[in-house]
Amino acid sequence: MLAVVITVAPLGFSNSYYYDVAVNAMFNAIVCVGLNLLIGYAGQISLGHAGFFALGAYGSALLTASWGLPPIAAMLISATVVGLLAFVVGRPILKLKGHYLAMATLGIGIIIHIVLKTEAKITGGPDGMSVDNFSLLGFTVMGDRMWYWVVGILLILTVWLALNLIDSPVGRALRAVHGSEVGAEVVGVDTSSYKVLVFVVSAVFASMVGSLFAHKNGFITPDIGSFMHSVELVVMVVLGGMASVFGALIGAVILTLLPQFLAVVEQYEAMILGAIMMGTMIFLPKGLLPSIVSAFKRREGGQ
Amino acid sequence: MFAAFLQYLFSGLTSGAIYALAGLGFAIIYNSSHVINFAQGEFIMIGGMATATMVAAGLPLPLAIALSMLASMMVGVALEKFAIEPARNSDVVTIIIITIGASIFLRGAAQILWDKEFHSLPAFSGETPIGVFGATLMPQSLWVFGVSGAVIVALWWFFNRTMFGKAMLGTSHNRLAAQLVGVGVKKVLLASFALSALLGAVGGVVVTPITFTNYEAGIMLGLKGFSAAVLGGLGNGGGAIVGGLIVGIAEALASGYLSSAYKDAIAFIIILFVLFFMPNGLFGKRGTDRV
Amino acid sequence: MSLLKVESLSKEFGGVHAIENLTFSVEPGDIHSIIGPNGAGKTTLFNLITGVYTPSAGRVLFQDRLVSGMKPYELAALGMSRTFQNLQIFFNMKAIENVMVGHHLHLDRRFLSSLLRLPKMRRADHECRDFCAGLMEFVGLAKYLDADAASMPYGALKRLEIARALAAKPRMLLLDEPAAGLNATESREIDEVIKKVASTGVTVVLVEHDMKMVMGISDYITALDYGRKLAEGTPAEVRANPEVVAAYLGAHA
Repeated sequence: MLAVVITVAPLGFSNSYYYDVAVNAMFNAIVCVGLNLLIGYAGQISLGHAGFFALGAYGSALLTASWGLPPIAAMLISATVVGLLAFVVGRPILKLKGHYLAMATLGIGIIIHIVLKTEAKITGGPDGMSVDNFSLLGFTVMGDRMWYWVVGILLILTVWLALNLIDSPVGRALRAVHGSEVGAEVVGVDTSSYKVLVFVVSAVFASMVGSLFAHKNGFITPDIGSFMHSVELVVMVVLGGMASVFGALIGAVILTLLPQFLAVVEQYEAMILGAIMMGTMIFLPKGLLPSIVSAFKRREGGQ
Repeated sequence: MFAAFLQYLFSGLTSGAIYALAGLGFAIIYNSSHVINFAQGEFIMIGGMATATMVAAGLPLPLAIALSMLASMMVGVALEKFAIEPARNSDVVTIIIITIGASIFLRGAAQILWDKEFHSLPAFSGETPIGVFGATLMPQSLWVFGVSGAVIVALWWFFNRTMFGKAMLGTSHNRLAAQLVGVGVKKVLLASFALSALLGAVGGVVVTPITFTNYEAGIMLGLKGFSAAVLGGLGNGGGAIVGGLIVGIAEALASGYLSSAYKDAIAFIIILFVLFFMPNGLFGKRGTDRV
Repeated sequence: MSLLKVESLSKEFGGVHAIENLTFSVEPGDIHSIIGPNGAGKTTLFNLITGVYTPSAGRVLFQDRLVSGMKPYELAALGMSRTFQNLQIFFNMKAIENVMVGHHLHLDRRFLSSLLRLPKMRRADHECRDFCAGLMEFVGLAKYLDADAASMPYGALKRLEIARALAAKPRMLLLDEPAAGLNATESREIDEVIKKVASTGVTVVLVEHDMKMVMGISDYITALDYGRKLAEGTPAEVRANPEVVAAYLGAHA
């Protein structure tokens, strides 16, 4: 169904600006599907994932620009490094619970952001740096339309992988960690390893999308790693619906499109965004998609 | 050598005092409701901005301060009433997002109500630096120390010597028991938000002559206050004060001796180290999970 | 050879001895009950045996292997499985998925096969589902095969935990008050389930307040009071022990 939507949607796109917004929405959707494995399924919060996203972006930018590596290699190396970093910090951090975990992940995100902002000699500092096009085997991805199809395929692939994972022994173990850690432990689930695993996986997702984002945009600034961007990612997951692959996807799309609509009421944008965040969480604490689905179920059940 | 150290110490204590007030704000709300209020920094911003604009409009400083505190407390109460209370039984992530939503909302409102510029206040008692062993201390820093100290003493008195304060503490230890002996939990919640907002506003007012303020000033102050509270151990008032001072001093020393660019990172580096080894902060209770 | 040996085991919480110098052993194939008044340290003992707590002193041997200090998931791999007095159900999952998590150790747990859902894994998952459905029927939960765990009544959840623990194919199953909060009928049904489990060769260690049940199904009983062993023996012996009568049965009579 997702494939159909992605194929049909461009019929309504009258110019390349639409493609641009759609690509960004899909970028966010991929990150959120990964992040949702951590937050929605395994029940562990992270307020620092924009840091991993930014590391992927800067990793690709630096490796292609200064070392002349091909983009695909730069992307994979960055993702590996981010994965290792997530593994190293993940072990001690994921022993923490609730607010302490929120604090620790938030700290990691902020530290990454500050490093990117400060090491101006390498990263260009707050002024940002430019990045070349993405090319593979002599084929260059250029223009919003081409990016749209490439990212669309990647999104479908991501959703497929995520759906596979959730309905598998590993996925069930992850969800069990959310349900009851001790309950999972006594039937043989090594909960700390699984938490680290999903933390690493979601960080790698963020890093790879960061890399692609850098190539697509051609220019990056440290603010893609800011606390606010981490918050946005979490909001997308929670708004759309925790523990729902399509919920995360829908959340990402809505929250990417929202500023486009709010641009009309420019100066009220922040207030409206804040109000939407509060309102959804108060009235639909399970997120949009699960709430709608259960409303439908109730209706059918009633008849 | 010593003079420089002293200078850093003074500046660290000044910001540390503000972090401590913010940390206390987190602790008070956490104690009564187990909510981490990410909008705590916005109370500081509101206190500073409101006072600055009212003074600029010609109001006498004491009146402007009193009105700002009142305004901040009203925002705190409204936040509890309309955003936290309807979501009382939600999980941690949900409430985190609600309070972050509130902070974005308040920043947006501040940006419309005021503007995006930096605002300042005149120092309360002049700008003639006081020399102390070769270092200089601004009179406003003394105000910060004095007011923070007074607030802490007042809070201690409130929680240990007044009926309502004791009731609030009781609620934090055991909500059900408190309810059984007739403590109004709803009232306690409202009071904790009002009190935290007041603390924030006080901090915002006394520090504005030193640091200036704008609509975004609350973000970092709030996060540092959160670090202070976590460092001390969530829900531990004394811990939050110590945590705030540690963060402030470490930050000032690091920016003096190491690199000023990494000043803002210090708080988070400390907190990560502490949490690696002490998952409940410095003075937090170690819980054993009951199964 | 005893399946489980507990040797001079102690656990203190902030100076309070929850378990003090406790020694006993469990023979394979037995239904072995641990009884004692509230606060006697029964649940703490379970937590020590299954690795949820680490002992302050003493040792636990399982199949003649020193296991104290090991993590619960490692003990599960050695053949130990348990249920909880305070339910530890995965409420975010379906009932049958709860049981399938129990079968975790016997499945392909490699990340890549899960991610790609290779045909082999899909087949194995299918078999797992059938096996777990069988276990649910075994404990009397046939009508909850498609239910969400969150929508099930308390009594059913207690059985669900037993099914989940059985899915791990344990050699020893520890049940912490399986009949607590159940009505008489449900309690009798649980009783039957425990006997059925024991008849398949699984050793059962049982903490239970329902004395009728304990006396009826146990092969051996260890009585605790204030973390210490008060008495042990067959149900008849324990029932006749004056200290037990005074400390426990007496208090209730």
